[in-house]
Amino acid sequence: MTGFVGAIVEAWDELRIHKVRVLLALVGVACAVTAITGITAAVTMFGQAMQEQNERMSGRDTTLEAWSMGPTEGAMTAAETDAVVDAVAERHKISYHSVRATMDLAVHGGDSGTYVDWSAVDADSGTITRQDLDAGRWFTESDAERLAPVLVVNQAFLDAYAGGAPVTTHPKVVLEGESPVAATVIGVVPVQWNDEGPRAMMLFDQAVRWFPDRVMADNYRFWVPPELADRFAEVLPRDLAAAGVRFEVQQPMADAVVIDRVLQYLVLGVGGFALLLGGLGLLNIALVTVRYRIREIGIRRSFGATSGRVFFGVLMESVVATTVAGVVGVVIAVAVIKNIPIDRIFGRPLDDLPGFPFDAALVGMACAVGIGALAGLIPAIYAVRVKVIDAIRY
Amino acid sequence: MTGIPLVDLQGVTRHVELPDGSTLEILRGVDLTVGPGEHVAIVGRSGTGKSTLLNILGLLDSPTSGEYLLEGEPVGRLRSRALARRRGDDFGFVFQQFNLLQGRTALENVAAPLLYARGRQFWNRTRLASQSLERVGLGERLDTRPEKLSGGEQQRVAIARALVRGPRVILADEPTGALDVETGQAIMTLLDDAASETGAALVTITHDLAIAARADRQFRLADGVLVPIHLDAPAAVAETAGLPA
Repeated sequence: MTGFVGAIVEAWDELRIHKVRVLLALVGVACAVTAITGITAAVTMFGQAMQEQNERMSGRDTTLEAWSMGPTEGAMTAAETDAVVDAVAERHKISYHSVRATMDLAVHGGDSGTYVDWSAVDADSGTITRQDLDAGRWFTESDAERLAPVLVVNQAFLDAYAGGAPVTTHPKVVLEGESPVAATVIGVVPVQWNDEGPRAMMLFDQAVRWFPDRVMADNYRFWVPPELADRFAEVLPRDLAAAGVRFEVQQPMADAVVIDRVLQYLVLGVGGFALLLGGLGLLNIALVTVRYRIREIGIRRSFGATSGRVFFGVLMESVVATTVAGVVGVVIAVAVIKNIPIDRIFGRPLDDLPGFPFDAALVGMACAVGIGALAGLIPAIYAVRVKVIDAIRY
Repeated sequence: MTGIPLVDLQGVTRHVELPDGSTLEILRGVDLTVGPGEHVAIVGRSGTGKSTLLNILGLLDSPTSGEYLLEGEPVGRLRSRALARRRGDDFGFVFQQFNLLQGRTALENVAAPLLYARGRQFWNRTRLASQSLERVGLGERLDTRPEKLSGGEQQRVAIARALVRGPRVILADEPTGALDVETGQAIMTLLDDAASETGAALVTITHDLAIAARADRQFRLADGVLVPIHLDAPAAVAETAGLPA
């Protein structure tokens, strides 16, 4: 116990006394650890941003997408199809599934010939696709009870049909059809791309109530645990077909995950190389220093230091130094990562901001300690081989 | 001297191989016993093997042949770890060039040997080092670095360091070699007193006959052979000063 503590105290004293030398040697190590930890954290954030963007388009990981393969004999209505899908989802205990039905509706007013991208969705759809809004709110289950339909639209729709009125004024538009109805806009979604045309969403239950002949329940999404995705992809179409609706179920592409992993390995490789260079600098200085300290090592041997203790002491100097550098590197990385202007870089804030990647911090620390041990090994062997008498006379 | 001697060299030789293949005999059949609390001085010219003898006594070097008994225990049978432990526990070294650790304060220098001690000595090292420095009269210079101290003060720090672990043998290699006569005498008085207080044996290697004359027993080392001599203190002082005895 005292031997170990003594070696640490000795190593720390040595670093304290030679702090300028140590600082210079450790700048490289600290930078490398900052690079490894910081870039890994940045890649994690970038990956999260990519994933969220992806999930806005095609649902959360893992969302199975079911597309209708056309009407079956004695074609069901949208409401009947929806009831069948609900029953299958409930049987398999899938907590989140959502419909995204296509619709064809005309809106009173606006320029003639303006096309509106309509869809009928449900409340779960907002959760599965991380639907965020510029203003107002998303649909809730209770909205289905309202007599008149409610809409979530984009700004282009508001501009075209409600004179750009803010959503807080509850703008109304008249939907034309067999039974025209005034619908209230409750939320505004962000634009998906530049010059996007008018886009509007209505709650599925209200759509089938007001416009039963204009709704096709042709697209469903099932948010399932990733490990069960394969099984559900096989079971769902079979069960749906057995219930009378034919759907093709697709799994999301895995490209994004692969790219993310390749990027991470690339970053770790570059960081590791930087760390190796830092370690070589440290080794160089440690070797020079140990030669300079031969006499001191001899004096310490006269105090009763064993060769093991001398070896461990010299090794610990390097390890303690790189550990301190590692901590500094990680702290810098945390400071940098916490102050990254995510809104400016990714265009919008992240819904689920990933926590600081402790794995990366641990990898950075482990690398720092490892490089310290490697850089200290050669000087430690050199220190042990010195003859005590020669060392004292040195 | 009665009982088992603290240090007992029996027929110790030390040879080294020279690069041309010949052998250099440094010590030839040295016999020496030192008892607890005894003060022994060894004189001799430069290059006669005094330091080699001191290194063997302090377990820093091993004899080529002969036997070294430390409290009756053959040192040759001890493994390097046990040797290092006994070196730290039983011996305190005072060197001619002080050999203080640069960049460290007087207190840190004196506490340094306690980093290799165990138990209370280790955990109380700062207090023990402080007490040791106070004993040599440097209680006011604890935080002073060696380069700011005079030669005499540096040697006093070295003595405090040699004493801090309570050694049973103090080995002093030309302790006054780098000091003027007056300071040297003061340092030797300090060493003598410290050894007497602690009951430690003191082995002094010197070429200064006046310093050697302070010891209980004196030896001369010439051509690797150790022979007992008797130095009369006033005569030795006169000889050192170049005056008729």
